[in-house]
Amino acid sequence: MISVHDLTKRYRSRAVVSEFDMDVASGESVALWGPNGAGKTTVVRCILGLVTYEGTISVHGHDARTRGKTVRSMIGYVPQELSFYDDMGTIELLDYSAGLRGIGADRVDEVVATMDLAEHSGKRVRELSGGLKQRLGIAAALLPDPPILLLDEPTSNLDAAARDGAVRLLEGLRHEGRTLIVTSHHMEEVGMLVDRVIAMEEGRKTTECAPMELAEALGLRAWLHVITSNGATNRALTILADAGFQARANSRGVLVEVSAQSKGRAVAVLHEAGVEIEDLEVWR
Amino acid sequence: MTTTVLSERPQLGPITTIARKELRSTLSGRWFWLWTAAFAGLAAVLVTVALPSSEIAGYTGFGRTAASLVTLVQIIIPLMGLTLGALSIAGQRESGALRFLLSHPVSRTEAFWGTFLGLGASLAVATAAGFGVAGAMTVVAGVATDTSTFLWITLLSWLLAVAMLGVGMLISTFTATSRAALGGSIFVWLVLVFLGDLGLMGTAAATRMPVSALLATALVNPVEAFRLAALTAFSGSLDVLGPAGTYAIDTLGDALSATLVVALAAWVVVPAVLAWLRFRGRSDV
Repeated sequence: MISVHDLTKRYRSRAVVSEFDMDVASGESVALWGPNGAGKTTVVRCILGLVTYEGTISVHGHDARTRGKTVRSMIGYVPQELSFYDDMGTIELLDYSAGLRGIGADRVDEVVATMDLAEHSGKRVRELSGGLKQRLGIAAALLPDPPILLLDEPTSNLDAAARDGAVRLLEGLRHEGRTLIVTSHHMEEVGMLVDRVIAMEEGRKTTECAPMELAEALGLRAWLHVITSNGATNRALTILADAGFQARANSRGVLVEVSAQSKGRAVAVLHEAGVEIEDLEVWR
Repeated sequence: MTTTVLSERPQLGPITTIARKELRSTLSGRWFWLWTAAFAGLAAVLVTVALPSSEIAGYTGFGRTAASLVTLVQIIIPLMGLTLGALSIAGQRESGALRFLLSHPVSRTEAFWGTFLGLGASLAVATAAGFGVAGAMTVVAGVATDTSTFLWITLLSWLLAVAMLGVGMLISTFTATSRAALGGSIFVWLVLVFLGDLGLMGTAAATRMPVSALLATALVNPVEAFRLAALTAFSGSLDVLGPAGTYAIDTLGDALSATLVVALAAWVVVPAVLAWLRFRGRSDV
């Protein structure tokens, strides 16, 4: 359980987070959603005890201010990027993170295997693609097998394909029963990853609801993941483009950007053209 | 998934992990080896120049070699320590590495002293390399070397380096960017190495500063404290410094060496502790 009450963070006299409240139950996944500068990352930094703050934060009953090390031992933190350790080797970075947590080399091997990083173990961080760096960051966060994962804009520096992979990876972690707190300004990934969205603006909570409700309220667009039969992807892309949709291929079909309120039109266009649709998913 | 209640008191484990990582990172950095090569190279040149039989500044044989090395150390070692320290915390903060480090169950105290120890160990490597080259050349040239004095000057040089590291880290905790920290450290280097020496001589001549004040002013400058301690070690007196040297020996007598070492040790401890307090008290990363 993570409880944040009356959280205010000021830099000099300017408040970047004001009277913020949040309760996250064990196993729940929550997104802090909002534009850049909304205060999402600051909330994460306060939970980690990286900055001083007013108000109270407790994690599983431990005060983040006075029991910071204990709180951080329960949290795996995934920063936006790992570029600051560009000169380190992949395994060297994991060994370092494990050493800071008093974790043995066996666990590093285990996480490397789980995260499919074995073939990249001889590389330096700078040699990894954006997606692999993100995977390495998640691997480091998973080293202590933490009950809580804090992910700061986990897909912001990734291209579309890498983002797709990262979202699937995080979806898997969510289903392992971990508590997830994700900061994001991408509504589509928020919809895939969380049970609840806390929308923020100028340091304040503006609303708290299910991802679907927020998308509807904001009139946001959604992504329809259309899983087509083998070989139909290119044809589906052409048909959708002709009908005025923004679409791109992914490993199992096509992703079509649709209005959150009229997702069926894209399906109807494909169906009328005779494209066989095997399955559908809505990403927000 | 596991949860463990940890002691909030500083632990040795994270400190040594951070120190090892800092040592490894510094030793794998190109600039560090450029500095070390420059130090070792200049030491080799100075030793070669000092070896011929002519007398330099009142010293002969090993004394000449040592005097040359002391001159080199008081210029290059402070710059190494200051820049290494200045870039440490400010650089990590700027790159985001500090946020990543402190997101672990690591306190600011552990992060600071781990970094300080790791960088201090790196400076030990650089100092040993420079003096190693100089020592080897002296031995090869067949100059009678006082090994214990040579090792003592090496140790004093390392103390000066660590003192400057602490000052650099203190600057680092007050600046927002590594560029500002670097600028601040170069300014302090100029003040300590050049203004502290030439400025002091000028001021002393112009104001007819009493020799006691001259000695006191020298003691509050770590570079001067090192120089006096090193000169005392290999020459046994400070006569070459004129009235101030004579006054120092007359006043402090046998306690002269100890006083100089305490002054240098204070420079190792005080700036580092101030930097730690400042870093621990900062409200951000």
